Amino acid sequence: MQYTEVMVRYGELSTKGKNRKDFIGRLAGNITKLLNDFPQVEIHPKHDRMHIVLNGAPFEEIDQRLKRVFGIQTYSPTIKVEKNLDAIKKASLELMQATFEDGMTFKVNTRRSDHDFEYDTNQLNSIIGDYLFANMDNLKVQMKKPDLVLRIEVRNDAIYISNQLLKGAGGMPVGTAGKAIMMLSGGIDSPVASYLALKRGVDIEMVHFFSPPYTTDKALAKAKELTGILANYSGKINFIAVPFAEIQEQIKEKLPEGYLMTIQRRFMLQLADRIREMRGGLAIFNGESVGQVASQTLESMVAINDVTSTPVLRPVATMDKTEIIKLAEDIGTFDLSIEPFEDCCTIFAPPRPKTKPKLDEARKLEDRLDVEGLIQRAIDGIEITPIYPNQKFMDDQAQIDMDLL
Amino acid sequence: MIYFDNSATTQVNPAALDTYNKVSKEIWGNPSSLHKLGDRSHQLLEASRKQIADLLGVKPYEIFFTSSGSESDNWALKGTALAKKEFGNHIITSSVEHAAVSNSVRALEDLGFRVTVLPVDKDGRVNPADLKAALDHETILVSIMGVNNEVGSIQPIKEISEILEDYPNVTFHVDNVQALGKNIWSEVFTPRVDFMSLSSHKFHAPRGVGILYKKAGKMIKPLIDGGGQEKALRSSTENLPAIAATAKAMRLYLEDEKQNAKQESQVREKIMTYLKDKPGIHIFSQDNDKFAPSILCFALEGIRGETLVHTLEDKGIFTSTTSACSSRSGVEGSTLSAMKVDDSIATGAIRLSFDPSNTVEEADKFIEIFDDIYQHFAEINHLK
Repeated sequence: MQYTEVMVRYGELSTKGKNRKDFIGRLAGNITKLLNDFPQVEIHPKHDRMHIVLNGAPFEEIDQRLKRVFGIQTYSPTIKVEKNLDAIKKASLELMQATFEDGMTFKVNTRRSDHDFEYDTNQLNSIIGDYLFANMDNLKVQMKKPDLVLRIEVRNDAIYISNQLLKGAGGMPVGTAGKAIMMLSGGIDSPVASYLALKRGVDIEMVHFFSPPYTTDKALAKAKELTGILANYSGKINFIAVPFAEIQEQIKEKLPEGYLMTIQRRFMLQLADRIREMRGGLAIFNGESVGQVASQTLESMVAINDVTSTPVLRPVATMDKTEIIKLAEDIGTFDLSIEPFEDCCTIFAPPRPKTKPKLDEARKLEDRLDVEGLIQRAIDGIEITPIYPNQKFMDDQAQIDMDLL
Repeated sequence: MIYFDNSATTQVNPAALDTYNKVSKEIWGNPSSLHKLGDRSHQLLEASRKQIADLLGVKPYEIFFTSSGSESDNWALKGTALAKKEFGNHIITSSVEHAAVSNSVRALEDLGFRVTVLPVDKDGRVNPADLKAALDHETILVSIMGVNNEVGSIQPIKEISEILEDYPNVTFHVDNVQALGKNIWSEVFTPRVDFMSLSSHKFHAPRGVGILYKKAGKMIKPLIDGGGQEKALRSSTENLPAIAATAKAMRLYLEDEKQNAKQESQVREKIMTYLKDKPGIHIFSQDNDKFAPSILCFALEGIRGETLVHTLEDKGIFTSTTSACSSRSGVEGSTLSAMKVDDSIATGAIRLSFDPSNTVEEADKFIEIFDDIYQHFAEINHLK
């Protein structure tokens, strides 16, 4: 049995009135990019649903990718058959046999847009229902909430049969909400915040601060690989690495310990904002969760957020750690996030950071430094790497060495 | 050459040797080093551990690398006894264990532990009822091998496991050095087993690697303290080339386990059919599923095993007296004497041990050569 096409039903974008056309276009573009290694696949976006014609491409592989496309509510793998009863019977039986598990209930649901077809809806329901009933064991019919619904759509060109309604990722097509900068550390929270930003249709670019020699190549590789996992939900993501050691050394040398963290964060946000401007972004996202650590108290946010009037959005602000972890596990970033490599947030962390820093004090202390020079040098040192879905950075060599086993 | 001594050691698989050489040449950093050379070694070490764990159906953190099967046995027994001595001092083992187990138990006996050595039946197998009777509230450890190395009998590990279900505080060790890849794994490795020993060179890996499976959460004291390798339970810089080669050899060895065991069985059956009912020949292994397919132990009355081994060797056939490890030390303490085989016959015993590389043609050739030898000795000893 081979599925011939996938029928995609749109999510929330159905409600978006006049922007609908843009949204559908963006979704079609995202799916086209995602499936570009299957040149035979054709994508036909329509007003109310999208048809992905497989032309021989394997549904199993397409399925794995569609699961992660924002803007899809549900989708169904479908078989297209000729308009005769034998073809319908054969395809229906194959479909049911492939998905049926002992004890499941089912019903047949026919729709006709071609009213010239020789059988009407009720006739088809009962003919196909009887046929399946006679040819399969333990099949039970149930009209209300059956486990499987065999949908037969009689259209002008052909008949389309499906019996699965697969859940999509929901949300909105990436790119429909515009572009923003994401501050990605490498911990558990920021990848989850990235996922949530993508889910709302935001096209993100990652900003990651690294501090060689205090932080290792591994910490950088880890952040990149996390980006590779997130790229499964959006296609390519640009990764912007910002050198941060000089700033940290200056702060450590010249400022009192209690404000080390606050001033570092102010620099990070200024740098992120500068990069946002350069890259044409509209907002800054980060993985802060209210009260989780010293830098994430409301007082700290006041003292840090002071450096910009750009919207700073915090998708996980109100989530508990356990909720964040659950989501991190679901999206596949958790195992990598907990790999223990020091990142730049931990190496210069003071033993007793101020949990209630004062805004005036932070401003005053920062003025002791050559802020503009430091920021410019960091900006001059940024490296931008495009990262593709599932791209690996952690253990290329280990992959090769596996051949030895 | 016909090599029928695979229970003593096996020839290194060329693919495994290739891995050994490549790792020695290219991935020679110390897995504990922080730099990238060390990191690469560390990753390969952990990948090897994971592959072995996957092949054995256990978790990577339950696999520990040692230097040999003997070390694994020593560690399991002595390490457990030391860790649990406050909970009891009684140890139960069988009378047919490999010396690595029986001598470790003896050493523990000298330290004051009380030891029960279970008898075996005529097939060299312990009776689970004996074990049950021997268990008491002082018992901390039971060590019974999976497959006997001299005659090949499979011990009733399943039944023993069932009995020990009621004694969750008793640590259960199984020496499975002779049992891997013989298509009997579920007979000798049950979820109740706490510790299990394996040896690399019995499955075509280079020598120098032992494996100890330690069920998660089980207590053991280290015997080798040092730099804290293997979770600080077995220090020493890891023998990475041999460990990687072991992971590879094990994968290849288990790939066609069913087919391999069948082939060994056919070789054994062929020779056994020939030996059966020959006057003066005593067969100690049996052609059924209570014996591993790889071992055939028999004696020719009136001829010392050693003489037979050398006579066969002259014709290009390599075998051994009952256990290569002790083949120079006579029959005392051997499996055959535990099976109550008369000394005069036991001294005549030799062991053929097969491997997937052995063929039915080799069995035919063996029969042809052995028959000449048999006719000769039978005449001298008036066996007919």
